[in-house]
Amino acid sequence: MVLENPGEYPYTRGINPSAGVWTMGQYGGFGTPTETNARFRMLLDQGLTGFSVALDLPTQLGLDSDDPLSLGEVGRVGVAIDSLADIEILMEGIPLEKISQVRTTANSIGYIWAAMFIALAERRGIDPNKFGMFIQNDVLKEYVARGTQIFPAEAGLKLSVDVIEYLTANIPNWVPLAMSGYHIREAGSTAVQEIAFTFANAREYLDRALLRGVSVDAVAPTLFTFLSSNIDFLPEVAKFRAARRVWAKLMREKYQTKNPASEKLRIFAFTAGSSLTAQQSMNNVVRTSIEMMAAALGGIQTMHVSAFDEALGVPTEEAATLALRTQQVVAFETGILNTADPLAGSYELERLTDSLESDIWKLLESIEKRGGALECVNNGYFVNEISENAYQLTAAIESGIKKVVGVNVFQSDSAPFKQFEINPASESDQVKALKQVKEKRDNKAVQESLINLFNVATSGENIIEATVRAVKNYATVGEIVGELRKVYGKWQPTKIF
Amino acid sequence: MAQNPQLAPIRVVVAKPGLDGHDRGAKVVARALRDSGCEVIYTGLHQSPEQIIATAIQEDAQAIGLSILSGAHMSIFERILTLLKENNAQNIVIFGGGIIPEADRQALKDKGVGEIFTPGATTQEIITWLQNAVGANSK
Repeated sequence: MVLENPGEYPYTRGINPSAGVWTMGQYGGFGTPTETNARFRMLLDQGLTGFSVALDLPTQLGLDSDDPLSLGEVGRVGVAIDSLADIEILMEGIPLEKISQVRTTANSIGYIWAAMFIALAERRGIDPNKFGMFIQNDVLKEYVARGTQIFPAEAGLKLSVDVIEYLTANIPNWVPLAMSGYHIREAGSTAVQEIAFTFANAREYLDRALLRGVSVDAVAPTLFTFLSSNIDFLPEVAKFRAARRVWAKLMREKYQTKNPASEKLRIFAFTAGSSLTAQQSMNNVVRTSIEMMAAALGGIQTMHVSAFDEALGVPTEEAATLALRTQQVVAFETGILNTADPLAGSYELERLTDSLESDIWKLLESIEKRGGALECVNNGYFVNEISENAYQLTAAIESGIKKVVGVNVFQSDSAPFKQFEINPASESDQVKALKQVKEKRDNKAVQESLINLFNVATSGENIIEATVRAVKNYATVGEIVGELRKVYGKWQPTKIF
Repeated sequence: MAQNPQLAPIRVVVAKPGLDGHDRGAKVVARALRDSGCEVIYTGLHQSPEQIIATAIQEDAQAIGLSILSGAHMSIFERILTLLKENNAQNIVIFGGGIIPEADRQALKDKGVGEIFTPGATTQEIITWLQNAVGANSK
């Protein structure tokens, strides 16, 4: 068997010649910006090199905290952001330039998130290229797996490409797109679908950015992919290797890339939330340890380990800390970083890698024949394929074919469980803060900048600069999205299952 | 899993209220209910309580199953129950599932929610419960 070398095309064995410690990023955020700011400071003190900002659902869906649809959701699954004032509080006392990577779940509102941090950097007098911002901005997977879509898919795609186009030209140090397979896998897909659907979506963004004159060798090196690390140990190690190989070949063969960095797939791995169980929840510590070993052996660049209590609610501080410690134990005690791609040459791993690669190519070709990713989003193909597999997985667990400890084998009573409590006052505090912002700001300037945004959007031009202008005047997320809804219309829910 | 052919199939609305986009569980339950012989209407994402009640009444549903993983369950279930009362539609059985803490589960049942299924409930448990609940409610 002839082995490839780590750090060499097609990068199956890793994008670097030797192994190195990954960025340990834990996902977090809840309540008001003040509460989340305190938690981030605590995590930074504990040695985090990158961190993420979870956003609440109203923010992700472009609704203000005082919107009737936001009732009961403000500050629940992440922090509430209504205006730039909230970002100023969120980042208070946190030196942006010392953080390698701030990640966020802004997708349908990726352009607003980018605008807010551009505005914050300007107010602090910092070049935004001096810190790292990682904007998920992958709106297509929202329509098929994650569910925070706002506009029809064509308009959502246009806005994601606006972010990619603007950042590639102006802030190349930021990640303008995290090509996300994680949510597709969590919604129930196979590993092959996870990679193929994700890369098909990525091709839609790339093709449109290239049509606007962006060079593939300027944009591709700035991208990340965001993948699940699931419980199927060896197939998951192989998946990371196969994904890198497919990406490298896709870039070289289909996009004629000249820059080697374009061909090196940077991976952010996140242990699979759907593999965790509410029953015997301490078992989840064992599951996530194995899942993160798979990611580490698969040669990823950034990692999040899920907290053991995620199947029950927002993680407690104790569980979030244990998840970070799990990463630190694996990285620094086991010697796993001594060798790049240490499992290479194993008969089964190489066979799985080749087999996954071949299946991913077949599915990518099939998607292309169906008209590409946007078409497969709109006609329900992606959604139906994922739902079908999710149903099969449930059936396999319920029939006992797939064994899950504590669920269908070796059941026992679980110990009572300490849960994270959301501060019940967070929602009303946030609504009050929003009211104050609206009273203090220059409302004439807000209106002018919103009209400008409407005009730019109507013209079809890139809306980032117009959004930055509105954000600086403390226009709210809801106002900005409301203005654009007049231009693009609303997404209509699909009722298929 | 087939129902008694003598009986008309149960009509059930499976709904995703609020802003939560996680519909894997809702769709698996919807499909399992359909496979068991129920007539299932799935609302799709981002439905307001008003829209869900309107759908249930329009579709002449006997039950509404709500899936919520975002933590907004207390506000949403309470609104649904109020709307049922206002529309004189309390004969519709309400059940739900998602990430719902034990204390809230009991509180919701005390308010009139028929059952809350949490992670680990099987589709067969849900089907059996629904058949009994709808049967008992129509007597």
